[in-house]
Amino acid sequence: MTEQAAEKKMVDVFSDVDRETAMTANPAGYAVAELGAEDERIVTMAADMSNTVADFIAKFPDRYIELGIAETNSVSVAAGLATAGLLPYIYSMSPFGMLKTAEQWRTDVDYNHLPVRLVGRLSGLAMGYFGTSHYAVEDIAIARTMNNTTVLSPGDPAATVSLMRSTANLDGPVYIRIAEGVGKVYDEAPEYAYGTWPKLRSGGDITLIGHGMGLGLAAAAAELLFEQDGIEADVFDAAYLRPYDEEALLASARKTGHVLTVEEHTVVGGLGTIVAEAVGRAGLAVRLAQVALPDADLEVGVPAELYEYYGLTVSNVAAVARKLAKAGRTG
Amino acid sequence: MPDDIVTPLPLHLQLDRGRPVSDAELRWRADWIRLQTVGLIAQAGLGHYSSTFSCAELVAALYYRALRLRPSEPRWADRDRFLLGKGHVATGLWPVLADLGFYPQDYLKQFGKVGSPLNDHPNMKLAPGIDFSSGSLGHNLSVGVGIALGGRLTGLSYRTFVLTGDGELQEGQVWEAAMAASHYKLGNLVAIVDANGFSGAGPTSQAINIEPIGARFSSFGWTVREIDGNDIAAVRSTLDELPDPSSEAPIVIIARTRKGHGVEFMEKQPQAWHLGLLDAEQYADVVAEITARMELTTSEGTAR
Repeated sequence: MTEQAAEKKMVDVFSDVDRETAMTANPAGYAVAELGAEDERIVTMAADMSNTVADFIAKFPDRYIELGIAETNSVSVAAGLATAGLLPYIYSMSPFGMLKTAEQWRTDVDYNHLPVRLVGRLSGLAMGYFGTSHYAVEDIAIARTMNNTTVLSPGDPAATVSLMRSTANLDGPVYIRIAEGVGKVYDEAPEYAYGTWPKLRSGGDITLIGHGMGLGLAAAAAELLFEQDGIEADVFDAAYLRPYDEEALLASARKTGHVLTVEEHTVVGGLGTIVAEAVGRAGLAVRLAQVALPDADLEVGVPAELYEYYGLTVSNVAAVARKLAKAGRTG
Repeated sequence: MPDDIVTPLPLHLQLDRGRPVSDAELRWRADWIRLQTVGLIAQAGLGHYSSTFSCAELVAALYYRALRLRPSEPRWADRDRFLLGKGHVATGLWPVLADLGFYPQDYLKQFGKVGSPLNDHPNMKLAPGIDFSSGSLGHNLSVGVGIALGGRLTGLSYRTFVLTGDGELQEGQVWEAAMAASHYKLGNLVAIVDANGFSGAGPTSQAINIEPIGARFSSFGWTVREIDGNDIAAVRSTLDELPDPSSEAPIVIIARTRKGHGVEFMEKQPQAWHLGLLDAEQYADVVAEITARMELTTSEGTAR
């Protein structure tokens, strides 16, 4: 991943223009069109986001259910569809998905163990320019308290397709958080075993863990750390946030003694919190750090500028990691 | 409680729509629901009396005449669905589902205890015969839209009934669902509004006016029937004459009911008995009042 140095302008994140292919521009839409061909139970819904499932609609017009701008209704309707034997995928803008419908999701979908999938596009600061109403930086904190819901945050397009495919037959609810504009991390996405974190790189000095856009940042920062400082990092893909890979996390934390999490989410309740909770429960003396969004009112602006402002850049992740690794081991 | 008047129906593989049952029997059954409710609430220690009583005739007519069911196969794909939007009256449903054979009578003895499949609000994961969980007002009409749409997509002929309270109509999601139901021409969806005029805190329309309910649903594209919901003949004939599930407009039955119906002092003070517990003397009076009416219904010779 390279840092954008050119003039930063708002990218048209709605129409998927100027991106390479259907798969890279809109992997979650691409995946459901593929899956729909294999499983007739799959129906899609989208609250004023039908463009994101245009392929699916073209192939299976009778299996697309338009409900207008009514996300809460969509979640409850999907729960009803699921009890009638269907497999609904709801596409939403992230701020109006898990955040807006948390109670419908919990009461109608999660508590009833129903196989509904909520795909949140435009997560984090992807709609930064539109204002904080359009931010979704608390969704993982909410979703991970839902005790039957699988929470996923793929780090690149190939990972999105692989995760959607591998969870297509899950009996329970799934929340899939899509980061926009992420670059390629995988030449070929790994097969994701349920609840496990693929390891992208091995090293004994520090553990870097990311999800969504944080994965690419962590992977690129690890490369930089090795080239510039000889620091060797374990790098994990935390696409599975619930359940998460506690075994891999604790083994690596024990080995390196330093864990840095990277995510386009508030510091409260996301991956950083997951790691701190697990490490604390295990009684490990490990130094932790987070590159994430602050627990504060956020600025408004073009995403690329916001990422720089909040340090969601390769150079900042590397800088924080360098400082952490050089702090020595605790205890 | 006088157990001898509780005569379980013989179990059938399938209970069809429009089963032969007299209005007197349904009237008796509505009072039986009240009587059972009083007993279960006494067992649990707290419960919703008056809002269960307002819809006793509706539940009796649905379960003993209108719904197509297979109690021994509660998840049968083409069963008619019943969703209790006003989930706080599940106490009135538990004895009915036991009586029809969805689960053993023993379940009722566990009501209100930790680990019981039967609670104050229904849970589809725990209680056989519950088509969807409820408790959060405003959700179930949306869920019903999903189930009805699912019926259309899978080519099944079941109907989906959703019983809502009138206070529940204050929830905005109800109207999102109402819009979607007519958009998708869901004639297989029947909403029944138990319009007893009261919510937990007071008269419904004093809080926020919900009238005219009929005109509102009508303007959302629904077919509207407005009846006296405690008049068993009106309830029975309305359910008998529902348009075919293949028809193209969702149906709402606005059942004008009396909160606390069937117990004189509760009718006079419906709000006081929204949630509560009868003391021993009140309990005896209520059982005597309901039992006397049931015996009268029976002795009129048309009941059983």
